[in-house]
Amino acid sequence: MSPLAILRIALNALRVNKLRSTLTMLGIIIGVAAVIIMIAIGNGAQARVEEQIKSLGANLMIIIPGATLSGGARGAAGSQQTLTEDDAAAIAREVPEVQVAAPSQRSSGQVVAGNSNWSTTLQGVTNDYFEAREWPLVAGRLFEPPELQTAGKVAIIGHSTAKQLFGESYEPAALIGQTIRVRQVPAVIVGVLDKKGQSMIGQDQDDVLFLPLATLRNRISGQTQGKQRRVGLISVKTREGQSMSEAEDKIRALLRQRHRVQPGADDSFTVRNLTEILQAQEESSKIMTLLLAAVASVSLVVGGIGIMNIMLVSVTERTREIGLRMAVGARGRDILLQFLVEAVTLSLIGGLIGIVLGFGGSSAVGKFAGWRVEIEAASIVLAVGFSAAVGIFFGFYPARKAAGLRPIEALRYE
Amino acid sequence: MSEALIQTRDLVKQYQMGDTIVHALDGVSVNINAGEFVAVMGPSGSGKSTFMNLIGCLDAPTAGEYILAGENVAGMAGDALAAIRNKRIGFVFQQFNLLPRTSAQENVELPLLYAGTPKLERRARAAKRLAQVGLAQRTDHHPAQLSGGQQQRVAIARALVNDPVLILADEPTGALDSRTSLEVMALLQQLNREGITIVVVTHEHDVANFAKRIILFRDGKVVEDHPNAAVDAQALMQAAAVTNTSAEVSA
Repeated sequence: MSPLAILRIALNALRVNKLRSTLTMLGIIIGVAAVIIMIAIGNGAQARVEEQIKSLGANLMIIIPGATLSGGARGAAGSQQTLTEDDAAAIAREVPEVQVAAPSQRSSGQVVAGNSNWSTTLQGVTNDYFEAREWPLVAGRLFEPPELQTAGKVAIIGHSTAKQLFGESYEPAALIGQTIRVRQVPAVIVGVLDKKGQSMIGQDQDDVLFLPLATLRNRISGQTQGKQRRVGLISVKTREGQSMSEAEDKIRALLRQRHRVQPGADDSFTVRNLTEILQAQEESSKIMTLLLAAVASVSLVVGGIGIMNIMLVSVTERTREIGLRMAVGARGRDILLQFLVEAVTLSLIGGLIGIVLGFGGSSAVGKFAGWRVEIEAASIVLAVGFSAAVGIFFGFYPARKAAGLRPIEALRYE
Repeated sequence: MSEALIQTRDLVKQYQMGDTIVHALDGVSVNINAGEFVAVMGPSGSGKSTFMNLIGCLDAPTAGEYILAGENVAGMAGDALAAIRNKRIGFVFQQFNLLPRTSAQENVELPLLYAGTPKLERRARAAKRLAQVGLAQRTDHHPAQLSGGQQQRVAIARALVNDPVLILADEPTGALDSRTSLEVMALLQQLNREGITIVVVTHEHDVANFAKRIILFRDGKVVEDHPNAAVDAQALMQAAAVTNTSAEVSA
């Protein structure tokens, strides 16, 4: 018997009991739609975290000065040493996992350009900072070595700051060479940064002006010159594929040694593995996705049981038909195939409708709940595969029951 | 008699019913030649239906031999039996057993479907058989739109479509009124004249009288086996009358 003929028999049988077929499909429809919507929601959450990781820069950890809390008690005053530029250089030099260790100092101040002014974050950095944060320029250049060493009066401007000073539709290239005043100190813009977006906690990362570290320290903050060259933060980027926790351990050991921290005493600094925090978040949103999908799959299984139930009823109802088919020459496997195809057709049509509904439902959730949803091609393949599998799995038992009937008994069935 | 179409030798069929074993057939040896028209009679429980199931390859005997058209069928497995039923035997049942909500044409095509006959040939053969039973105008009708007699004629067309060597009719008139019964029997008689072997199971003498030979069962055994006395003059007359009417109907 040709597959087409079997399919026609199956479709015919389903058409004869339209209402029943529709109700049976409903289980699969709801199941498949639920799986797709849940995966879309989960993927949306995951994509958000992934974006945050990307905006942070991959494999990033930060080191900040200060003792950590230990049992609620801080270390004694004076036991704490602040971080220095030399610490950063030492980390980059001595920890092989580290790609760059970028020291930075943060301040804030009024910036004036022409007749507009804006209060923004001032960051004293070296060029390593932009590498660590994976933050490209859209125009101009990074700082030149002489500018870094001699506290050159140059600046690299962030997107939001540029917007505030030079208008919404500023031309990045046109900003190069413009002089702005930073707390009365004139500085020439040498570079314009690309848009970075919001940080993890919703801060505008582009509302910033970067200056050479020495410039900020010596000319603007007016801190004591030279000596220790303290910094507020060291951003460390580890090499791709290297273990971050190993790098963290080595950095910790190195800094304890450099800061002469006694064995057993608290660290004089804190290492925060930002990427790891985000990765943990990503992990948890992945688990969330799985969980949601698993819950949704339960309804698919319930739908499958519905199919099995109806197929069993159908086999019983059509026992005489089965007997007749056998009498005129149907083999067991013809009957098996007939009912199996019927069950699979039922679940596949349900699956297809479920996909359409899942798409609609996902975009509705995105629209009305304001959640980010992302429909994945894989989840459609999964849903179709799963509904076919449900059809085969739950259709097999009734089909085998039908195929196992003895022709005379089936013919005489009342 | 090796040229006999049906040869059974000591055919035994037993059923387990609770603790007791029921001997539905108890050593039946019958030969039926090609071209015969046999009526199998007997009271209910006599084993005539069991005999019918066995020679129809719907069931396997407990013991004994059954040779159909030179093939020993007794030991065959399910799929092989299905193939035999498909190619060699046409069934006509008391309740017609047509597929509901399916056209007469498709009902007749059914055995060809399982034989793997290509679609166009299937169509042509089914249409030809429907015309042969006088239903050329009714091919698109569903069983519910046909009278009992017409439904049974569709069933006969279905039995014929695979060009079987044997037609088995199990109480073919059981669900019909006496007039249509005669029509149907006349049709079977006509087919027999054209050379098809027919075995009818019935408990009605009127029906059995159309046959050329009557086998009587009782308690699982053949108790009588004789040619039908006259192939009854009366039956022939009725048949002739009915053939005329049905010719008018189908015209």
